[in-house]
Amino acid sequence: MRDILSRGVASRLTPHASPSTVKIVARFSLSFPWLIAAPIALLTLIPLLVVLSSFLNPQAEIWAHLTNYVLPDLLRNTFWMLIGVATGVTVLGVSLAWLTAICEFPGSRFFRWALLLPMALPAYVMAFTWLGLFDITGIVPMWLRSEFDLILPLQMRSRGGVILVMVLVFYPYVYLTARSAFQGQGGRLIEAAQSLGISPARAFWRIALPLARPAIIAGLLLALMETLADFGTVSLFNYDTFTTAIYKSWFSLFSLPAASQLAGLLIIVVLIAVLLEAQMRANRQFAESVRSPVKATRLVLRGSVALAASCWCGFIFLLAFVVPMVPITIWAVQSAVQDLDVRYWTFAGHSLLLATLGSLLIIVLAVLLAYAQRMQNTFAMRIVSRIATLGYALPGTVLAVGVFIPVAFLDNVWININQWLWQRETEQIFQGSLLVMLLGYCARFLAVSYAPIETGLQRISRSMDEAAQSLGVAGLQRLRRIHVPMLRTSMLTAAALCFVDIMKELPITLMTRPFGWDTLAVRVFEMTSEGEWQRAALPALLIVLVGLLPVIFLNHRDSVRGMR
Amino acid sequence: MKRFLKAILPIVLSVSASSVAITVHADEIVVYSARNEQLIKPLFDAYTAETGVKIQFITDKEGPLMARLKAEGKNTPADILLTVDAGNLWQAVNEKLLQPIRSPSLSENVPENLRDPDYNWYGLSVRARTMVYNTAKVKPSDLSSYEALAEPQWKNRLCLRTSKKVYNQSLVAMMIAEHGEAKTEKIVKGWVANLATDPLADDTKAIEAVANGICDVTIVNTYYFGRVMKKDPQLPVAIFWPNQNIANQEAGVHVNVSGAGVTRYAKNPEAAKKFIIWLSSEKAQNLYADENMEFPVNPKVKPVAAVAAWGSFKPNLINVATAGELQAKAVMLMDRVGYK
Repeated sequence: MRDILSRGVASRLTPHASPSTVKIVARFSLSFPWLIAAPIALLTLIPLLVVLSSFLNPQAEIWAHLTNYVLPDLLRNTFWMLIGVATGVTVLGVSLAWLTAICEFPGSRFFRWALLLPMALPAYVMAFTWLGLFDITGIVPMWLRSEFDLILPLQMRSRGGVILVMVLVFYPYVYLTARSAFQGQGGRLIEAAQSLGISPARAFWRIALPLARPAIIAGLLLALMETLADFGTVSLFNYDTFTTAIYKSWFSLFSLPAASQLAGLLIIVVLIAVLLEAQMRANRQFAESVRSPVKATRLVLRGSVALAASCWCGFIFLLAFVVPMVPITIWAVQSAVQDLDVRYWTFAGHSLLLATLGSLLIIVLAVLLAYAQRMQNTFAMRIVSRIATLGYALPGTVLAVGVFIPVAFLDNVWININQWLWQRETEQIFQGSLLVMLLGYCARFLAVSYAPIETGLQRISRSMDEAAQSLGVAGLQRLRRIHVPMLRTSMLTAAALCFVDIMKELPITLMTRPFGWDTLAVRVFEMTSEGEWQRAALPALLIVLVGLLPVIFLNHRDSVRGMR
Repeated sequence: MKRFLKAILPIVLSVSASSVAITVHADEIVVYSARNEQLIKPLFDAYTAETGVKIQFITDKEGPLMARLKAEGKNTPADILLTVDAGNLWQAVNEKLLQPIRSPSLSENVPENLRDPDYNWYGLSVRARTMVYNTAKVKPSDLSSYEALAEPQWKNRLCLRTSKKVYNQSLVAMMIAEHGEAKTEKIVKGWVANLATDPLADDTKAIEAVANGICDVTIVNTYYFGRVMKKDPQLPVAIFWPNQNIANQEAGVHVNVSGAGVTRYAKNPEAAKKFIIWLSSEKAQNLYADENMEFPVNPKVKPVAAVAAWGSFKPNLINVATAGELQAKAVMLMDRVGYK
């Protein structure tokens, strides 16, 4: 037993890059990975280049103003916000993932899926409800003041408040990626450790956590990219971050070039960060030995430990889901009398269609891209695959313009060619087509599905590739027959993340949708643009309800598998 | 998984390839609107019912709409840009996105200070940015002008919405037009020194803060006040019209507009012009302004009863286009004095 165990753990822990394998694979299909990766990266690269081209148009006056009066504060704010959110989502995400993936305690089955629910809430909606409840004129402080003459020492509208709200919406990214990593390790790891006399706590710190690190960091990067790109939440808190400077330059100082330049800088910083992260684990492997379909055993918690676990999960669920959902539901019911009509079927249908098609397309692209990188694990390839995922860190509206400008350009070319050759008046063919919307979503959300898929792929041992290769199964066939079946969990995780993100997506939808083609998120926008937040609760609630579909699906799959 | 993909992939491909796109017919008008759907759709429907002219529209924020018009260039399907705030309309002219239209009825329906001096756009509803005070803590006689809120007697008694909202940028821009930059900077600095709490995210929050005694007075658009009062008529807040008895003939309550212009490359400029004239006419003005409790721009049209109940006021008469021209200056000024 000891022998098997040590071999097992060793194979998981030893970072063994096998350069010879990599080289063989690389030589076998030198151009093939590039043929896959390059077009996918172009989807994001083109909008990024549009954004970066703004540097050709210097905005000296605005930059002088920004650096003197605006940027110093904003950079400090942004820095502390990132630190706070990073700490918060890691602690919440990892602890909840560990508890629900490995342990058994009262309510653990419920929390396993319920803790995903906050993800379906748009961040700014969460912010609005929290502010409505706890801001100085909010329901709770007003009630405390009138009943007990008590004034809370903590202000909701503060750095701490922003961080709290962001952590509550964004922890599911870490939770999901970490949980699928812990699930992959399975309870056997802990059993094995226990048989060696290592306590579960030590096993967690010494074995499970280091093994799950790539997945955790991948989820963390997603949460941080989303934090950086956020505008809705910080503007409700009037907390100025780097995004504030971007929108200030564009909407207030009327300089789209200056806004794009700021966004360009943001992208370069993020690119460096993600490359560093990729570099850090480029030469390490976190592969597991082949998984057997044995039902995962769980660590059964008892007594006060079990109670503490239930309380912790329940507390987070309460803060992140129950607290915002109570006012949303009340407002939604109130405004339903006035606003709910048959059109909502269409809105929900459109949202569902876009989210389904979009997430499918993104999953396919993400798997191909990750596979290309696996086949040719070079620095150049890493840069290309990282560029493909950068769209997520750009403030949405800036990216939307970056997507729109090339599309409008193509349409103009098309129209002009028609006029020139056939003297024929034509209309735009790309603009307002679903294809453009979907490609826009790819540019924005590829990161969301790439992260879990890449880390999932990394957990598959390279020896599998070699074995397949030696049997003459290579290229896309190998991907389909070997990797995709093993990646199923990661792919579903990725699809669920994309699905809810597309449900919530606004700027690209607004900019590229056909006439009269509204979605639930667009309804939220229509209401909030004139400050009618409570009327926005109805479409927001529907977003959550439709967003539940993939969560239920994931959960159903999990439990079916668990029973087998 | 495979079966699922097999079933769904053909659908994916066919749907994404099918361009649901833009099919605009000759007699249709296409509107790009930053004014939200529930405020404009009833008007479009009414116009279609009356004239048979169909209206296609798309809503988005002003910035993206203008970027979109610019990228589409000569081939834009849009005939009309409908947006909120004179600053944005000014910017549309600045970016050469609109074309002038002239008509006697437009000149008659829209007062001179509420339209572009070069006829590129016309205001369609008036939004007054005024003061709201706590009736238990402030006597109306204590209040006089926006400028006076900078005086030390208002220390810790003032609430303001964030300077990032264009409404405040326009207000400060118009003050620059009236007083010059140096004096305005002093006034805004005074405001910031008098703040009782950090600037708030929206006008509704500012009114709630006043009603709950966090501060005594604030500056907001009237329709937010209307909305709050409709929900809770008992609140101890009231409207005050500032800058009424000032020697300067042009001074008065700060007003802004929502308005529209015909796009430079409109396919259907004549129909678009007719529609804008119709929007400014007596028939349409109440429909346009009332739903959001704004003031009609057409002097012959009375506001809805709830709005009329706030009393009449003398508006500032400087052309609202000035707000756009001076907006960048105003924003930089507010940044300098630390108005967040």
